[in-house]
Amino acid sequence: MSAEIKEREPLFSAKNMRLIKNPINLNNPITVQVLGICSALAVTAKLMPAIVLSISVIVVMAVSNVVISLLRDGIPPRIRIIVQLVVIASLVILVDQVLKAFVYDVSKQLSVFVGLIITNCIIMGRLEAFAMSNKPWPAFLDGIGNALGYGIILIIIAFLRELLGSGTVLDIQVIPQWFYDFGYQNNGLMILPPMALITVGVIIWVQRYYSRELIEKN
Amino acid sequence: MQEIFNIFIKSIFIDNMVFAYFLGMCSYLAVSKTVKTSVGLGLAVIFVLGITVPVDYLLNEFVLKAGALVWIDASFADVDLSFLSFILFIAIIASMVQLVEMIVEKFSPALYSSLGIFLPLIAVNCAILGGSLFMQERDYQSLGQATSFGLGSGVGWLLAIVGIAAIREKIRYSNVPPALRGLGITFIITGLMGIAFMSFLGIKL
Repeated sequence: MSAEIKEREPLFSAKNMRLIKNPINLNNPITVQVLGICSALAVTAKLMPAIVLSISVIVVMAVSNVVISLLRDGIPPRIRIIVQLVVIASLVILVDQVLKAFVYDVSKQLSVFVGLIITNCIIMGRLEAFAMSNKPWPAFLDGIGNALGYGIILIIIAFLRELLGSGTVLDIQVIPQWFYDFGYQNNGLMILPPMALITVGVIIWVQRYYSRELIEKN
Repeated sequence: MQEIFNIFIKSIFIDNMVFAYFLGMCSYLAVSKTVKTSVGLGLAVIFVLGITVPVDYLLNEFVLKAGALVWIDASFADVDLSFLSFILFIAIIASMVQLVEMIVEKFSPALYSSLGIFLPLIAVNCAILGGSLFMQERDYQSLGQATSFGLGSGVGWLLAIVGIAAIREKIRYSNVPPALRGLGITFIITGLMGIAFMSFLGIKL
């Protein structure tokens, strides 16, 4: 019988690492699971707000996954949505107050989108699908992984839009002046909302071109 | 009266929830496969926005705002509860959705069965919470303005989802590059629709 006693899994076993790695490409929350698009697009006109929002989502997601996973045996299934919303909403209030205290300008730019982390479907989705049925440590890794996958896409979009739209990265001019002297123009269209959608479309195109198994059957 | 009408038109076309703020994109992408279901979801969104925005307006006006509690006692004049707005708004939305679901089930079973699964889904639709948060941020002056903003945003959302559903029904017969099929092309079409909607930006109301 002693052979059946499972050895304690090491903290960073291959299975646990997969929880972090998978969401970054093959199971990316934005481009594959289609969760959390709402806030992803609206804040990506500049790189700075995108980075701040990604960090906020990482924090909220990791902590809420752990909390729900700890509570999972005590939550009656009928009211689980309300319990999840309350946990997320309290964490978001904390994040919002911290942002207001330390980076007020960015918090103004993000406007309602910090609040909208509450209804960000990635968080609810991962709580439902993973944290409700797993131990705290894997749930923590799953939260970090999915939030990273989300953050990476956010930062790629924001980088492209800021570079092409205003010629800057993190508000530092990177396109040299002589470029403009030759008649180079910033593409003003990139800053406008619709181009965020088209950029995501192109990112999905590139990703699926290289990861063929993701292509949808028609 | 004219101001109320202006807000209504503005929130449908100029500040469209989907094309200008990307709110409610998740269900917008997931449910827009056929026109019939998307009309159902759109109507449910109008319904819920039309109820939650005015209720949250009253909540904001009489409980949350700085100095809003004066009607209880003058000593509450410097109490500012606005940091609680997220959690209260989402609680109102979740309970309103539940309430609406029960009322519709009782009085109009036909409508209930056609909306069916969409009603509970709406509680986590970002367009609903977004509506309340924008209402708070833009500081509307009266209940009428807040209501017309809520209804207008809902109509704008319906317009967007029915539009994309109609296009997706047709695009099934087209030859899209394999890697763009499904999700990719939907994003690009939405972007193009957004550019079309931007032509309303010049209208001053």
